[in-house]
Amino acid sequence: MNFLAFIGRLVLSLFAEVGRLSVFLKDAVVHTVAPPMYFRLIFEQMVKIGYNSLPVVGLTAFFTGGALVLQIYVGGSRFNAESTAPSIVALGITRELGPVLAGLMVAGRVGAAIAAELGTMRVTEQIDALTTLATNPFKYLVAPRLVAAVLTLPLLVLVADTIGVMGGFIVGTRSLGFNEGSYIINTVDFIEFDDVFSGLVKAAVFGFIIALMGCYHGYYSQGGAQGVGRATTNAVVTASILILAANYILTSLLFTNI
Amino acid sequence: MSEDRHIELTDVHKRFGTKNVLNGVNLHVERQKSLVVIGGSGSGKSVTLKCILGLVTPEQGSIKINGQETLGISSGARDEVLSKMGMLFQGAALFDSLLVWENVAFGLIQGHNVARDKAKDIAFEKLAQVGLGSEIAELSPAELSGGMQKRVGLARAIATDPEIIFFDEPTTGLDPIMGDIINDLIVDCVKQVGATTITITHDMASARKIADKIAMIYEGEIIWHGDAADVDESGSAHVEQFIHGSDEGPIQTESVIL
Repeated sequence: MNFLAFIGRLVLSLFAEVGRLSVFLKDAVVHTVAPPMYFRLIFEQMVKIGYNSLPVVGLTAFFTGGALVLQIYVGGSRFNAESTAPSIVALGITRELGPVLAGLMVAGRVGAAIAAELGTMRVTEQIDALTTLATNPFKYLVAPRLVAAVLTLPLLVLVADTIGVMGGFIVGTRSLGFNEGSYIINTVDFIEFDDVFSGLVKAAVFGFIIALMGCYHGYYSQGGAQGVGRATTNAVVTASILILAANYILTSLLFTNI
Repeated sequence: MSEDRHIELTDVHKRFGTKNVLNGVNLHVERQKSLVVIGGSGSGKSVTLKCILGLVTPEQGSIKINGQETLGISSGARDEVLSKMGMLFQGAALFDSLLVWENVAFGLIQGHNVARDKAKDIAFEKLAQVGLGSEIAELSPAELSGGMQKRVGLARAIATDPEIIFFDEPTTGLDPIMGDIINDLIVDCVKQVGATTITITHDMASARKIADKIAMIYEGEIIWHGDAADVDESGSAHVEQFIHGSDEGPIQTESVIL
């Protein structure tokens, strides 16, 4: 009986959470598209989310590109296909690893920061203070972060793609003996606009997920420092899982006909 | 006479989960009068204030401001109501991300569309009014002591010359001297602005200094309401016990509502 009650409570709390998230999503989107817009805040958030994430995303992309070319070269050598390594590195980075890894790294860095900031504002009554000053917290706090993340992630992924391919190029030409000119030709000739564009579409969706999860968990955080810690963890975990799930869905939608 | 009633609560009920926090609060404040609501921790003081501000929605009852019902109004109408109010939070609730003067000017810029330069001048005036020099205006709130933060919070609350000001535990966490300074500032500032005020506190020294009227809330109900001068002859055992801070009497800690 207790077990059934436990299951019942779990299901009810799951539905309650989904309902609350849906209402939050609706309010967030409405306040994001409806004027007025806080352009100064959007720009500040773009700097925090995009510019400040460049080192971590750049380093991740560089080493991933390097590791990828090594793996593909070794794997390809089993059926004399070593020469395809530059093309596959470019494809893998632009279609999958660039957006997914950048998304996950930004979820860890920015999603946590958003949840911690809003969570602290919640428990110190700063969000209530905003309301009493006739300022809608969704418009002032949530909307700028959503807009900034959706605009910034594609730019960040574009940088990650470039650095990732460059990582593959450096390892390929320095360690694996690829000719520099033919490596570049193999990369440029093989890659298509859709490969890069699909990665940017994914990045915009991932940016939305990261900002939404950070804002949602921070906004509803309660219970002091422990609550803020919980909100931060939940923001990163849910954003990471949703990014991986969304990546599968987007990949199946974007590439099933190709 | 109801036409003199600036704020009027009738039969307000609020429940959190299975806990009834407000059990039919009836309360009113006359225009330009100062009401202090006293009561123990968890008696429903803060929730009453949050209901008036619209931060919490009661399940039942009526809250009228200037004779107009405020429950169930649109968010635009709520912003209109809030733009005529100021609030000093218990922990000051200053925005960490903004400078001191930006905190004070926030309601002017966001809620009243005052130009930034003009709002800055007003912020400096209000800071001077609460005894703070221009040298602290460019600091971050984190660089201020607790007493200074309360003063900045007070300056922010009066910045828009509101018709109604709320004070949530204005002296909590301050030493007695600083507490008395804040009480004097509240009395002076309220006189200058000509506002109606509601203060919630369990500090009787503060209540005696600020109040024209005192109301006591116990287990979510107003059990006594009268002139501040009459509080010592209230005839209520609950009020007697509370103002003398005695552990003997009808108020039992076990019965406190969370």
